[in-house]
Amino acid sequence: MNVYQFSSPATFYPFAGWLAPWFAWSAALLAIAGLWIGFAVAPTDFQQGEAYRIIFIHVPTAWMSMFIYLVMGFWSVLALAFNTRLSAMMAQSLVPTGALMTFIALWTGALWGRPTWGTYWAWDARMTSELILLFLYFGVMALRNAIDDPRRADRACAVLTIVGAVNIPIIYFSVQWWNTLHQGASVSLTAAPRMASIMLIGMLVMAFAAWFYTIAVSLWRVQAIILERERSASWISALPGLAGALR
Amino acid sequence: MLEVLELAARRGDAVLFRRLGFRVEAGKMLVVTGPNGTGKTTLLRILAGLTLATAGRVLFRGEAVAPGSPKLRAECVFVGHLPALKDEFTAEENLSSLVELSGVRPTASQLRAVLSEVALDAQRALPARVLSQGQRRRIGLARLSLLRRPLWLLDEPATALDTTGLALLGQLIARQLAAGGAVVASTHQTLDLPPEHLEWLVLA
Amino acid sequence: MAGAGMSADVDSGAGVGAALRWSVERDLRLALRSRSELGVQLMFYVIVVTLFPLASTPERMLLATMGPGVLWVAALLASLLSLPRLFASDFADGTLEQIALSPFPMPALVFGKILAHWLTTGLPIVLLAPLLGIQYGLDGTALWIVTLSLLIGTPILSLLGAIGAALTLGVRGGGSLLALLILPLYVPILIFGAGSADAVRAGLSASANLSLLGAGLLIALVGAPLATAASVRIALD
Repeated sequence: MNVYQFSSPATFYPFAGWLAPWFAWSAALLAIAGLWIGFAVAPTDFQQGEAYRIIFIHVPTAWMSMFIYLVMGFWSVLALAFNTRLSAMMAQSLVPTGALMTFIALWTGALWGRPTWGTYWAWDARMTSELILLFLYFGVMALRNAIDDPRRADRACAVLTIVGAVNIPIIYFSVQWWNTLHQGASVSLTAAPRMASIMLIGMLVMAFAAWFYTIAVSLWRVQAIILERERSASWISALPGLAGALR
Repeated sequence: MLEVLELAARRGDAVLFRRLGFRVEAGKMLVVTGPNGTGKTTLLRILAGLTLATAGRVLFRGEAVAPGSPKLRAECVFVGHLPALKDEFTAEENLSSLVELSGVRPTASQLRAVLSEVALDAQRALPARVLSQGQRRRIGLARLSLLRRPLWLLDEPATALDTTGLALLGQLIARQLAAGGAVVASTHQTLDLPPEHLEWLVLA
Repeated sequence: MAGAGMSADVDSGAGVGAALRWSVERDLRLALRSRSELGVQLMFYVIVVTLFPLASTPERMLLATMGPGVLWVAALLASLLSLPRLFASDFADGTLEQIALSPFPMPALVFGKILAHWLTTGLPIVLLAPLLGIQYGLDGTALWIVTLSLLIGTPILSLLGAIGAALTLGVRGGGSLLALLILPLYVPILIFGAGSADAVRAGLSASANLSLLGAGLLIALVGAPLATAASVRIALD
């Protein structure tokens, strides 16, 4: 089997359509299992009470928010190095999900912070970096929307994504640095209570749910992008059920 | 000198051309014509390496060249719609700056000679902002004359030129062809050139 | 005159110095002929710095605390204000096309433009900083350190900003889009820059901050011209 054939949108389109439901169903099942572990099985924390349970959503989305940007960086390098259309489309398909994960992580973080720290927002190193990461996602989305020619937008966003990916570790480090210099009476996230293993299992299951959800959604989104970009191509008008819709 | 194989280009959704192929030999000029919006400018920008083609290859002296390859950049000169002049600079400063950007350091006497060749003696020390469109074009012609490059890519070089300007353009091209250079130009005007040196490409 | 067999007068390896000289000299000459615009940008910096005490309090202790941060934020904003002009006129008149087609290495040409931009917009800010710092009641060492941090940091602002300026060429909503793209990337420079004077005030050494800023400058010097050149090519396509 030739792997490279999947780099053509025409062959990838049906493959993505076949793959996406598997990931979507796995994500749904894992999410149910993970939430059940998190909310029913895992014991109440003796320090934080029930409020800690939000970490079953907070931590997996925070992981995904950073992981997705790295994957976008990977596709962007491929897109620039080999000028492949599909890699750029893959990168594009991940941006909204990445921004969503970042937003959920920030929101749940604030909800968790209120009962735990007594404040919705603290200039904690991780929260600040996460906020800047959200701005980076917004930047890529805004640049994409500002450019009409999709091929130019692909390459411009790829450059921006790579520059951002190089910067993320530096940003994270600098914020950490700033935070230690200015550390006042605020509480630290790193002093998290020792985690029971069932909590860890719940979090891992939820992380896989978030991961598979991301894959499913980005595959569907890639299909939509392919349809939009290649609407003049002959193979698209041959797709069942689409011939009429595209005219 | 220049060969194009199976070239295709699109702007947004519209396919401008596909499976385009032609050759330009040394001593020949390829005149690209066709109605507006058929991709004349795009074709020239692809040849210069500014725009990426959707498909196809460009061979220069028999070797495939990537867009923007240093080899091609060192051997061709592109004159586009935009004159690349700075309003703040005089005609002479503009010319010398542009020529230096192409890696040639002209002497003061060379600059003077070529400016008088394109009949810009009197405007030599005037800032470019007071020059007319035709006079700005003539600075581009002076640049062609100073840069000895085997391949010229000219996008609508006749625009805004008066009759003497057109005659000048014709002379410059004739000299380039006689010296074994090649020219690809998009134009609507007819230039006074011997027909055996001309080849035609009509985009539709 | 023209003819076949006449090859380039430049080979790209040796062209770096000539390319730098060409673009620095040209942009400095252009800047000299539109001096008033440079003055306006500098005034913007001075006014922004002056506004902060009016918005908070003229209390000396607080001003000395805020001072380095204010100088840095104002430098960020001033850099953002001047960046769209880095490539805009060359893009509009076609010079950027000729730069992309020049036999000189394009990152060197672009770097020369960035250098000229810093000399005309960043360096005046650095030179003014001690004066404005006195307004904020900064004392000897803090004043000297914040100026030094600006000297190392403002070139990074120009280098990173150039990438954004190139990406937003000819794009809808250029200026505000540029701010959205670039300001998040400025965060580390702001932290290390303003942090250096904070460290001095807290009785610590500023050398760690300044070294990190210097390392950032090295990374930006290597990476930014390449990324900017690639972005300019994308904008011309």
